[in-house]
Amino acid sequence: MAQRPSGTKKNDSGPVRFRHKHLLAIGDLDRFEVAALLDRAETFEPLLEQKVKKLNALHGRTLINLFFENSTRTQSSFELAGKRMGADVVNMSVKSSSVAKGETLIDTAATLNAMRPDLLVVRHGASGAAELLARKVDCAVINAGDGQHEHPTQALLDAFTIRRRLGAIEGLTIAICGDVQHSRVARSNVALLNMLGARVHLIGPPTLMPAGAEHWGARVFHDMREGLKGADVVMMLRVQRERMDGGYFPSAREYFWFYGLDEDKLKLAKPGALVMHPGPMNRGVEIDSNVADNPNVSLIETQVRMGVAVRMAVLEALAESGANGERV
Amino acid sequence: MRPILITNATLVDPAKNKVERGAVLFADKILAIGDIASGPDGAEVVDAEGAHIMPGLIDMRVVIGEPGAEHKETFKSAGRAAAAGGVTTLVMMPNTTPVIDDQSLVDFVLRRAGDRSGGVHILPAAALTKNLDGALMTEIGLLAEAGAVMFSNGDRPIADTRVLLRALKYATAFGALIAHRPEDPYLAEGGVMHHGELAARLGLAGIPSAAEGIMARRDLELAELTGGRLLMDMLSTAEALRPLVRAKARGVKAVASVNVHHLVLNENDVDGYRTFAKLSPPLRSEGDRVALVEAVREGVIDVIVSGHDPRPAEDKRLPFAEAAFGAVGLETLLPGALSLYHKGDVALPALIRAMTMRPAEILNLPQGRLAKGAPADLILVDVGAPFKLDSDKLRSKSNNSPFDEKTLQGIVKRTFVGGRTIFPV
Repeated sequence: MAQRPSGTKKNDSGPVRFRHKHLLAIGDLDRFEVAALLDRAETFEPLLEQKVKKLNALHGRTLINLFFENSTRTQSSFELAGKRMGADVVNMSVKSSSVAKGETLIDTAATLNAMRPDLLVVRHGASGAAELLARKVDCAVINAGDGQHEHPTQALLDAFTIRRRLGAIEGLTIAICGDVQHSRVARSNVALLNMLGARVHLIGPPTLMPAGAEHWGARVFHDMREGLKGADVVMMLRVQRERMDGGYFPSAREYFWFYGLDEDKLKLAKPGALVMHPGPMNRGVEIDSNVADNPNVSLIETQVRMGVAVRMAVLEALAESGANGERV
Repeated sequence: MRPILITNATLVDPAKNKVERGAVLFADKILAIGDIASGPDGAEVVDAEGAHIMPGLIDMRVVIGEPGAEHKETFKSAGRAAAAGGVTTLVMMPNTTPVIDDQSLVDFVLRRAGDRSGGVHILPAAALTKNLDGALMTEIGLLAEAGAVMFSNGDRPIADTRVLLRALKYATAFGALIAHRPEDPYLAEGGVMHHGELAARLGLAGIPSAAEGIMARRDLELAELTGGRLLMDMLSTAEALRPLVRAKARGVKAVASVNVHHLVLNENDVDGYRTFAKLSPPLRSEGDRVALVEAVREGVIDVIVSGHDPRPAEDKRLPFAEAAFGAVGLETLLPGALSLYHKGDVALPALIRAMTMRPAEILNLPQGRLAKGAPADLILVDVGAPFKLDSDKLRSKSNNSPFDEKTLQGIVKRTFVGGRTIFPV
């Protein structure tokens, strides 16, 4: 690997020092920063097995979880990550906030900013919402999913999961299958996997493949059986049932037949290929339970577990960058 | 199977541009063509006496009443009519009751028609949208796997542009062919014949040519945008041909068909409120007819169809505006089309190509060729033989033909499917 630039440090010398104030998209990072973050997550991962799982790196810091969309795993993952790093964590969801009373996103930002948090984790249904917030607050903003744009910590935890299991990402073939068009997970993953030197196959019906996806640095397949060939990892994307009423594809039955991952189709990938899913799963629509629940191939539970360690590293890095004044 | 040698025939090979004298030897497949001195021992030898041998016709647009309207037409009666008309393969439209929008119905058609059609290949077109409502696409992938050869919304054009866009795009994953009749339903609403002077004089509401032209341009743009395979189903106007020529030149995957009636008749045939000439799309002006004939000659229009649409007399013997649209055509497709040849408008191979080889290419069928190894779906035709059509003698269950009492030329003497004679029985 090339020499690391001075902006990042390896895990054995402590927390990642970051050039960035926010984490809004994978494009904010370079491969050295990613490697440093994953190295750092590596040191946090064993904590989950310890009786006392808490550090105090973020002691006295405040993290606000601002979720405009319902989320179980991402919100609790960030909450746990913050608490394990010793931060004070406040969860705000749309139902209990004044957004429901008509406050605009910018009003909300100003209100929260007045509370002087250190870290703001935001999920919003509109693409670009995290970036808009970031411009209006003084603290670090972490995008936990904005519309159909990005979900960078999901991509980082996916990369971490793959790296832990297969050693390296460079040279792997990774198939991402499903509703690419509406998927922020796919966008972040394609960007990150490309950066890390993987070959990416995007698989989905033509109606769920964004225009120009072949220019993303991925090969596009509408025939899943073709796209799975040679894959080391198969990442399944959640397909929203409301897409059917929108006329993107005719039925769950047809979707599963052509684009659902079952044991039969998985055999077309490399022997021993691994299966991932960002959750929550639609069993019998995009993935068969026999695959999802097979511990030999499924990394789906591992992904959840790795999410906490990766987010601890991200929170630490952004809190650090806020502290040492190296903001860009 | 006992081979058959047809000698002294005029061979119409749709892949060539001229006809030749010669012989053809076949069992279930064509074994030899050209100059064949004698067949194998035991072969049946038929002296064609100069009659034409050509591939059996492939009719890409046939309405059958089964299931749901068996009083209009059944697989059996349609098969009988097709065999007599020289049609050996037909694509059945999905506008039945129930609509063919589910795998099990495709399966039903294939099995039942296979049992009942008397040997004629009946291939189902599946509905493009559920219940032909124009709102939600059908299971194009599963239906294609079940055996649907194309997807059509029948006579109900899709007004919602996004629905057709998504269907065309989705279908590219399966290489499926989308047939769509370009007719703006708002412009056509209430119309019963071609919009023009005659309609005004008759006091009948017209369907303007623009209803087709506007929709044709839209559909071609959608095909270009999506890369989807589009069959422009039954064009009737010169307005639709101009954008088609341009789109084809740009490489858009669009092909087009025309109903044989639109090549032979025009709006004047409805004068006198003749409901048997009430068609959808309507018979257009003479200028349109001439343009359509030229488009067939130039290959701009790929396919000639019968548009076979059986209607019982009670649906036709009504005031013009209340009468049903549609005409039967399985038994008049060939003589109707041959009138263009007899008038010198289109050469015989090009004419036959539009009813054999081109449909086969579009549908990926092995039929439609006069070539060694091709299935022996063949017809022996006396192309010049005149007859006066008596629609009461049609084999179809319905006899609504605008050619009734007209003199046509071209009599099918024998029809073979897979080397087996299916007409005359």
